[in-house]
Amino acid sequence: MVTKTTTRRAHAWAVAATVTDPEIPVLTIEDLGVLRDVTIDHETVIVTLTPTYSGCPALDAMRDDVVLALTAVGFDDVEVRTTLSPAWTTDWMTDAGKQKLRDYGIAPPHARAATLRQAQGAQGPVRLQLAVKCPRCGSLDTREVARFGSTSCKALFECRACLEPFDHFKVL
Amino acid sequence: MTDSAFPRGSLSDAFPRGSLSDAFPRGSLSDAFPRGSLSERSETKRVERGAQRRDETPTEVQASTPSGRSTRFVSPSARSTPREEAARGESKRPAPHVTVDEVELAAELTGDTDTTATPAVAEYALWLGDDALILSQQLGGWIAHAPELEEDVALGNIALDLLGHARSLLHYASTAWAGTTDGRSEDDLAYFRDEADFRSAWLFEQPNGDFAQTIARQLTASAYMFELYSALRASKDATLAAVAEKALKEVDYHRDHAVQWTLRLAGGTEESRRRIIRALRDVWPYVDELFRDEPLIDELGGIAARPSTLRPGFDAAIAAVFTEAELDIPDVSASSGGGRRGRHFPTMGHLLAEMQVLARQHPGASW
Repeated sequence: MVTKTTTRRAHAWAVAATVTDPEIPVLTIEDLGVLRDVTIDHETVIVTLTPTYSGCPALDAMRDDVVLALTAVGFDDVEVRTTLSPAWTTDWMTDAGKQKLRDYGIAPPHARAATLRQAQGAQGPVRLQLAVKCPRCGSLDTREVARFGSTSCKALFECRACLEPFDHFKVL
Repeated sequence: MTDSAFPRGSLSDAFPRGSLSDAFPRGSLSDAFPRGSLSERSETKRVERGAQRRDETPTEVQASTPSGRSTRFVSPSARSTPREEAARGESKRPAPHVTVDEVELAAELTGDTDTTATPAVAEYALWLGDDALILSQQLGGWIAHAPELEEDVALGNIALDLLGHARSLLHYASTAWAGTTDGRSEDDLAYFRDEADFRSAWLFEQPNGDFAQTIARQLTASAYMFELYSALRASKDATLAAVAEKALKEVDYHRDHAVQWTLRLAGGTEESRRRIIRALRDVWPYVDELFRDEPLIDELGGIAARPSTLRPGFDAAIAAVFTEAELDIPDVSASSGGGRRGRHFPTMGHLLAEMQVLARQHPGASW
């Protein structure tokens, strides 16, 4: 019985982990670190997600996609919960996920959020900016064009070496 | 995809063609609001939502309603076709087989569905939630009007973060009424409260003005919120602490945005400097209200962040920016404020009318 539940749980996790971010379709919610937990309670599959940003509208789409993916393989009763704690950080993004981002043309988070926060020191409102590497040519000679990009999680950069604009997934 | 995959009608059936007025029966505002208590109104709203959902063909579209957040999907017909379909690898989205039998309103974002707020905590959550909601609504007004495209995007993103905070906080506040006849959702709190029931501080109610005025408001608002959420992380209330932990990282970014613009405007042209100085002078009377200890705070020791204790951090952050920008703290006297007690800035009524009109004119509408 325990084994059966464990297997079902692993299966449910594997299926939920195939759901991708609607805005960045190369990344799965597992790559992003948005998929936090999958549990089985009798016949119900309970999936726990955490939003990247508080107001991220993609969460709604991800939640619906998780339900659809699980019902498609025969889990009839699916409940999706969301949790704010612990707060999501780009440190949870997998290395595979970062590589996929780079291949997709988005510069992945370039530092550990925890380290960056320490490096910035205590309370100062003036922030330290580390160079972001161009995902196309690898140059570090890039500049921030806009602090906010097409989605909450990205900023707009341009490469001064190859002159291409690109998105940067911000460290959070 | 075969016809059988859409047993109950195509997607176009779910969206009957017709004018907007067909979809939304006309009625005056008084029709939309049967006179009665708030609980009756909520009841009506919910019933209409339910009815609307049942009438329509179940597709994935219905699955995402603006307030049907924590959605529990039960799929009675899922046993047969979806599995075969998945085996054939035909469909990633077997939408037509998913019906929404039960939509609980908004258990989202706090994650902790068992936690309910006490009346005092709910009141406090309304303070913070209304601040975020009103500021978010105002910033939305800049979209397509900002001085440059990047700022449309930036202010829109900030507004979205703030709306996320507001939803978490208003939802938490709404749990105080859970299980009573006066059950309210976060949407009820946002759209169906009148001016006197809002608790936002006057700073957030200041009009957008010109871009400098919006930046001055952003600078003071985000510097305050940064201190607030930093302190609130240590709250004994687990839900408030979780919201604060999440919000802090975002507000940190908002503060940076406002700081950068303050420096640019102050160090830019004569005109930009004149405007930011005037704008700071305009918003400064409303700073003091943020740091006043109302009686409610005494009831919430260890739970709320005591406003007066946030002032030194705020002053230090502002001083660092003003030193670099060579600006002086405006020499103006403080406004009496009164937002926490339901007394609001004169522009608040118009702001609420604009924010609430659609939900009130068409209760239960989803888009």
